[in-house]
Amino acid sequence: MSSIPVSDTSTSRHAPIGLWGRIRIWKMIFSTAFSERLVYRGDFALGTLMRFLPIITQIFLWWAIFDSIAHSGVVSAGDATGNPDEPVTIGGYGFREMVAYYLLTMIARAFSSMPGLASGIALQIREGEIKRYMIQPVDLIGFLLLNRIAHKCAYYAVAIAPFALVFYLCRDYFVDGFPPPHLFIAFVASLVMGFLIGFFLEAAIGMIGFWFLEVSSLLFLYMLFSFFLSGHMFPLTLLPDWIEPFVNFLPLKYLAYFPAAVFLGKIPEDELWMEMGIQAAWLVFFIVLCRFAYSRGVARYSGYGG
Amino acid sequence: MLAELNRYRRVFLTFAQNSLVRDMTFRTNFVIECLSSLGWTLMNVGFYLIIFEHTKSIGADSGWDREKFFLFLATTWFINSLVQAFFMPNAEEFSELIRTGGLDFALLKPIDTQFLISFRRVSWSSLANFGAGIVIAAVSLWQLATREVDPYVPSALSCVLYVLFCGCGVAIMYSLMICLSATSIWLGRNQTLYNFWFYITNFSRYPMEIYNRGWGQPLYGLFTFVIPVLVVVNVPARILARPVEPSGDGEWWLIGWALIATVMSVLASRWVFRTALGSYRSASS
Repeated sequence: MSSIPVSDTSTSRHAPIGLWGRIRIWKMIFSTAFSERLVYRGDFALGTLMRFLPIITQIFLWWAIFDSIAHSGVVSAGDATGNPDEPVTIGGYGFREMVAYYLLTMIARAFSSMPGLASGIALQIREGEIKRYMIQPVDLIGFLLLNRIAHKCAYYAVAIAPFALVFYLCRDYFVDGFPPPHLFIAFVASLVMGFLIGFFLEAAIGMIGFWFLEVSSLLFLYMLFSFFLSGHMFPLTLLPDWIEPFVNFLPLKYLAYFPAAVFLGKIPEDELWMEMGIQAAWLVFFIVLCRFAYSRGVARYSGYGG
Repeated sequence: MLAELNRYRRVFLTFAQNSLVRDMTFRTNFVIECLSSLGWTLMNVGFYLIIFEHTKSIGADSGWDREKFFLFLATTWFINSLVQAFFMPNAEEFSELIRTGGLDFALLKPIDTQFLISFRRVSWSSLANFGAGIVIAAVSLWQLATREVDPYVPSALSCVLYVLFCGCGVAIMYSLMICLSATSIWLGRNQTLYNFWFYITNFSRYPMEIYNRGWGQPLYGLFTFVIPVLVVVNVPARILARPVEPSGDGEWWLIGWALIATVMSVLASRWVFRTALGSYRSASS
């Protein structure tokens, strides 16, 4: 008698969901995460607004720096351009381009930063919540990715107004105006790939939680390096010549520096498509790494707690 | 009064000791935390070294050349590390206490609630940056004293004043932090606290005169007189490094204002904290 419900559940578990069913699941996950994200609107709006405060500091810092170079008349070798409009450039960036660069990295970071992703995965592993994904027909990485896309969409929906306002106010800093269409397409493509690289890179770090219980300090270390070496702090061309090639080899630059440099036309045309190809290759690498880490992690996982 | 003070001192020492025991339980974690804050320091030092490869000073004729600016940086590091060691973990916990209703237990304790909330945890690993600040200050003082152009050694008086005004800076930062975390009573959740903290201290990290031009003047006024974060690092750093020579009477108003701002900030934070507690309705347990 009891065998009937058992066979019932087992057939329903193995029934193919089909593409349409899967899309419905994705839609449900997306809309849940989207509305969840908009619950704490006060917190959220405040956070978006404050994100622009460091830009102001950067503007004044660089203003003072370019000013003192111009006043003292002592220009380091390689910084003088001979152009009367922009007599001094540092690492190939004039003052206004420098500000434009920081503004553009804000957009890049809005795509590539993944607050709470790695620590969230590690927490789920530690507290045993990850068991859910092993018994339910939902893939952990896919679920998190959809969640993240929903969060980002909610963020853009709120953030587009302050972003538009700030970019409008700062339009004079964009010396060359809007880039030509092919650069803009490359910019958008590098942003989207930057988002995905950011996601799979951080998810892979979160997977370390299968091996170590506490990843928060490791994560802090990663954030530190990513802040410095992604170009969030300054354009990577400012780095000393002996470090720059190493940093250029790392994938971190695609999180902030690369999209901004593409927009400003700082990547030579003949290298642009090669660079985009390398970015795509890094993306594939991190997808594979993340999947691999997850499958290995699940294999050694034992579900404590509940 | 004295007995009361003594009691608070003993309670604080117990908190500090407990935190140390707790930190030492996870020793590797402690070491990694120290190393990562030192990493942050190294990156900042690297950034400014890169900047000074290209320029002689920050701001035209401001006097903030490389050695003096690094003294400024060391001051930032002293003040921030003290705030992060003593107040940051507590402010974060305060928001959490409000959200979970754990504040009930703090209110019941026979001790001043603001004291209890502000000093419960000490993050010893954050003091690694204090050490980093000492190294930066020592190196730049040495270079300042031995450089060929315009060598300079601070007087004993300016060193004493420096320590005093660093204390004022910490007090202003503490007040700001208490006000910020008290807002989570009204906002419900305040995850942006740390971010806001980072952005505000970002303003205090540079010589104040760089804001005093063009459209920066309203900001200069706001962050000097309303939310006095600009005086936090600037006043002690100016006293020690004296970027403008001779440091004329023009600087004295700033020093006086720093004292007034400290007292007012502490009083304001006390008021905000108490008002916020008045609106606290416990969370369901």
